Amino acid sequence: MSSAQLSLVVSVFLASAVEAVEALTIVLAVGVTRRWSSALLGAGVGLVALALLTVILGPALVLLPIAALRLLVGALLLLFGLQWLRKAILRAAGLLARHDELAAFTRESRSAEAISLRAEGFDGYSFAVALKGVLLEGIEVIFIVLTFGSSQHRVTLAALSALASVLVVTAIGVAARAPLARVPENAMKFVVGVLLTSFGTFWGVEGAGASWPGGEGALPVLVLAIGSCSLALVGELRHRSARIAARVA
Amino acid sequence: MTLAFVRGACEFVVGDDWPTALGIVLALAATSLIAAFDVAAWWLTPFAALALLRWSLLRRARSLLR
Repeated sequence: MSSAQLSLVVSVFLASAVEAVEALTIVLAVGVTRRWSSALLGAGVGLVALALLTVILGPALVLLPIAALRLLVGALLLLFGLQWLRKAILRAAGLLARHDELAAFTRESRSAEAISLRAEGFDGYSFAVALKGVLLEGIEVIFIVLTFGSSQHRVTLAALSALASVLVVTAIGVAARAPLARVPENAMKFVVGVLLTSFGTFWGVEGAGASWPGGEGALPVLVLAIGSCSLALVGELRHRSARIAARVA
Repeated sequence: MTLAFVRGACEFVVGDDWPTALGIVLALAATSLIAAFDVAAWWLTPFAALALLRWSLLRRARSLLR
């Protein structure tokens, strides 16, 4: 497996894990407080819809000429990666609240309890909330699977990595029967943000017609450079917010 | 419905920071233009991306700390 393929597998696995943890919290909340059968049906329908989207869009993207595909995918990944990285840096610097699965679970459970529930049969609320949760969290995974996979003509490998990640998270969630609050979600988002931004930059520049010194060897250097600069930005933001807090106090 | 889809897709990719998105598009366009003249252009997009990220973070931090 080449370094680019390994990076693809790791990036997709981590991104999928982050989104799967969030989707699992929603399904758990409605399943525990309302009806498991309807919640699981909603989650299942959501997963089938996401799989269909990958099967339909994946081969269509691969048909594009490689330079155009890399420019398009590079630009999209770069824009998307910068969004993830910006949020992760603000969280790491303490300027945004960190994502807390226990708090999300409590919030979701309270909303679910507030709606009346029939004694038995299909529960539309559980179905709709689980379906929406899986679709909304999953659409980001599909975006990453399709962009990463198509630019290396490895959509199947990317999809398998995402599937493995979802299965691992689900298995741990079923075993724990609780939201996965101990998963270092914020740190994982930071790493995925760095990887998406690095790959987006690499493919975007190649797609624009420029060549990297050292070819694919430039990719790990880019990951290191973007990772180091992001950590430096966390430090800078912490320093600035501490200075402002001291001035106010 | 098409307009709503396009708006949703833009929001999904660009998020709430359109100046950064515009900067990235301009950086890639400039990279393409410079590369067309057979001049090394690989450095432009990574530097632009990091500069835009820092600018975006400082703007957001300023509004959060206000």
